[in-house]
Amino acid sequence: MSFAWAKPYEPKTELGRWMDERMPLPRLVFNAVGGGYPVPRNLNYGWNFGVLSGIFLTIQIITGIVLAMWYFSSADGAFTSVEHIMRDVNAGWMMRYAHANGASFFFIVVYIHIFRGLYYGSYKAPRELVWMLGLVIYLLMMATAFMGYVLPWGQMSYWGAQVITGFFSAFPLVGEPIRIWLLGGYAPDQATLTRFFSLHYLLPFVIAGVVILHIWSLHIPGSGNPTGVDVKSEKDTLPFHPFYTAKDGWFAAAFLTIYAAVVFFAPNSLGHPDNYIPANPLATPAHIVPEWYFWPFYAILRAFTADFILPAKLWGVLAMFASILLLFFLPWLDKSPVRSGAYRPVFRRFFWLLVVDVLILGWCGGSPATPFFVALSEIASAYYFAHFLIILPLVSKYETPLPLPSSITASVLHGEEAEAAPIGQAAPAN
Amino acid sequence: MIRWIARLIGFAFVVVLLWALGSNLKAYFQSPPPATAEHEFHKEPKELHLASNGPFGRFDKQQLQRGFQVYKEVCSGCHSLNRVAFRDLHALGYNEAEVKAIANQWPTEVASINPETGEPATRKAIPSDYFPSPYANETAGRAANNNALPPDLSLMAKAREGGAAYIYSLLTGYQNQPAALLKEFPTAKTPAGLHYNPYFANLNLAMPQPLTSEGQVTYAPGNPKPTVDQMAKDVAAFLVWTAEPNLQGRHKAGWPVILFLIVATILAYLSYRNIWAEAKRKVAPVGPMDPANKAKRTRASKKAGIDE
Amino acid sequence: MATLEEKYAEQIEADHSLRRRDFINIAAVSFAGVGAVAVALPLVNQMNPPADVLALASIEVDISKIAPGQAIKTSWRKQPVFIRNLTPKEISEANAVPLSELRDPQTLAERTKPGKENWLITLGVCTHLGCVPLGVGEGENRGPFGGYFCPCHGSAYDTAARIRQGPAPLNLMVPDYEFNSDTVVTIG
Repeated sequence: MSFAWAKPYEPKTELGRWMDERMPLPRLVFNAVGGGYPVPRNLNYGWNFGVLSGIFLTIQIITGIVLAMWYFSSADGAFTSVEHIMRDVNAGWMMRYAHANGASFFFIVVYIHIFRGLYYGSYKAPRELVWMLGLVIYLLMMATAFMGYVLPWGQMSYWGAQVITGFFSAFPLVGEPIRIWLLGGYAPDQATLTRFFSLHYLLPFVIAGVVILHIWSLHIPGSGNPTGVDVKSEKDTLPFHPFYTAKDGWFAAAFLTIYAAVVFFAPNSLGHPDNYIPANPLATPAHIVPEWYFWPFYAILRAFTADFILPAKLWGVLAMFASILLLFFLPWLDKSPVRSGAYRPVFRRFFWLLVVDVLILGWCGGSPATPFFVALSEIASAYYFAHFLIILPLVSKYETPLPLPSSITASVLHGEEAEAAPIGQAAPAN
Repeated sequence: MIRWIARLIGFAFVVVLLWALGSNLKAYFQSPPPATAEHEFHKEPKELHLASNGPFGRFDKQQLQRGFQVYKEVCSGCHSLNRVAFRDLHALGYNEAEVKAIANQWPTEVASINPETGEPATRKAIPSDYFPSPYANETAGRAANNNALPPDLSLMAKAREGGAAYIYSLLTGYQNQPAALLKEFPTAKTPAGLHYNPYFANLNLAMPQPLTSEGQVTYAPGNPKPTVDQMAKDVAAFLVWTAEPNLQGRHKAGWPVILFLIVATILAYLSYRNIWAEAKRKVAPVGPMDPANKAKRTRASKKAGIDE
Repeated sequence: MATLEEKYAEQIEADHSLRRRDFINIAAVSFAGVGAVAVALPLVNQMNPPADVLALASIEVDISKIAPGQAIKTSWRKQPVFIRNLTPKEISEANAVPLSELRDPQTLAERTKPGKENWLITLGVCTHLGCVPLGVGEGENRGPFGGYFCPCHGSAYDTAARIRQGPAPLNLMVPDYEFNSDTVVTIG
């Protein structure tokens, strides 16, 4: 790593030395998450969600492999095989509920991870690639989650596949052929189910690969921190192990307790009852919604109801894709030299407004398309785009940030409450 | 450059959204959507307390047996239960011989073939069989029910918003269409062949009231009186079991897992505090930040007129 | 300042007996280990046969049409079952073999039901590596001992389906079965 004071790897045993000379895998681990990776000492609990995402990816892969041992990707047999897992396979219900709720928790954790990055400016130089690789992971997660939701072949699975592939038909000329190509037919059927199963099995391993790149690119500049101030000396850091392994460890145990409570006591609370009805291509459920983690995007899709030069449907689909893709440009939209939102009073207010806005979008996306919710999602979507594309560039240009602490250690010594006020300077009126 | 493009795109989206908002609001105020009978007269399910509710929920086998009896004598004429096998009835407290007898005497026989000729035939059910459907296929089910296919009941308690409470409410919710409804929505009169039920999403249900009178099913001695309410509760409880036979096992497995994780969390937290104690002392308030020195510094700051 | 810090460090070392401090770390890590094992158990257990397979039906077979000297093959728990109606000659051949000559000593009487010694019901799974032996169908190779012959690795069974030659260690297995009547047998 790029830190002069990072502890060198010293194999303690003869076997360790033997291994290190031939294939230095223990050295790699030591330098990645061991004593060889110095981490800013002032990380708050927002930084625990990266490791936690990795834990949930692992849970999903393990339970998914188990489920694939019993699942049939056949239009006739998929629903029955899932029920067979639930009823007859040993601990099958546990595997399935762990997997279905694991997806939800994976998204919860990743959303907190993303918003932490947004608040503390983790997308800024020199970590732009870390941010963009993270977004790639997020896109892959969305694809994986969508295809996984289709697999039980219930009503929501089926109509989800129908509606989401329908996005593509919004594009003129090429749209409909693309949709038919994606489905392998005119409507979701055997071909769709089998290819979704194949890709649903593949993509998590692609995600795992991109996660390695994500961590690799993170470890070049090192982790950010709540002050956004660069690490200046050894005093500012602690080795990852044992300090952050211990912190991540206890936090993961606490979070897994909540997860277990949902898996064992409310496993269907995040799902939709209609997915316990086998797929019926002749009848759409009264109120179709995607899984909760897609609700904000679903609200943006539905907010575009009027033709304006382009057809409303195309606007909706373009906006939905744009709402994610614009995040790739964030490092260049927000040019403020100060990373952390803690020192950016104006940015901070807009940030919390964005959080509320996304929650409102989620609420709208999960509710039926009544006039009230459509109107609300129109206002909330407008703010979403305005926030990233208009407000953020302007804020970064005109905002006066608070004075930064001279170093991480200075900030820690000063106490978190008043960390914006370095020694000897007047505290900001706040 | 990139920010100018971003601003343009952002502006475009905002304009289109506000345009859509404006036209929606205009349409709403010019012609507000008419009120519907469903919106005003649909009721949320009544409360239903079952032994299986809550994180400590257990099945009440006695009640499940009664519910099974109601299913067998009332529902099974039209509704299949094809994800449940006779062997699963062991969980209700029936022994091997009883399960065999239930399977053997089930009114609908299992489809099979004549071993001599290969012609379609039926045979008596055995414990490993799933409950046979009352109709040979979907078309037969529709034909016998005025084109309204009676749904399979196996997953009903998970496939409807409200679950068991919904089933219970629906079964006990049949009534005459309220006069107020007809007065307000004269066109919403329940069509012939349908039945008014405020717990059903569109208020009019193809299924006639299945549980009509007390004593429709005769419970074994020692059980509560088979009122309509009691029978509806029992069959709702039974359908919770058919939808999730592992519910009790799930609750039982959950508590040790949660307790283990809580203890693990506490231990891991103590371990974390223990490890970090060292790191925190390394930046412990020494020098000018030492509490003793800090008081001095504050005094000095005050003297110098620096407001901390 | 450095001296102060050093002093602090020394004091800490002295204050805390290392043992007690390590104990909590060891306890936490061991708990994680126990948790990992506990998670592994259902992951391994799920590969066992599910409830529907365990509950697979016992089958009823009509044996009225099997003439002496003939055999039929039927399927029970997805495995072949041989039902053979032995001729008196086959029975006497089987009974003539001294038990000491057998690799897996069993008499014919032990392998059949009393009064029904002519009905030999066995799994059609060679005890060597699980192939289906020949000898049921008309004209199939019944091997040097006139019972069944496994073509995979040359195990030969006698008229009581006992192993006589070749690599198989045990006689063909006799499943649980019962005669419902003279003509119907329930296997399983």
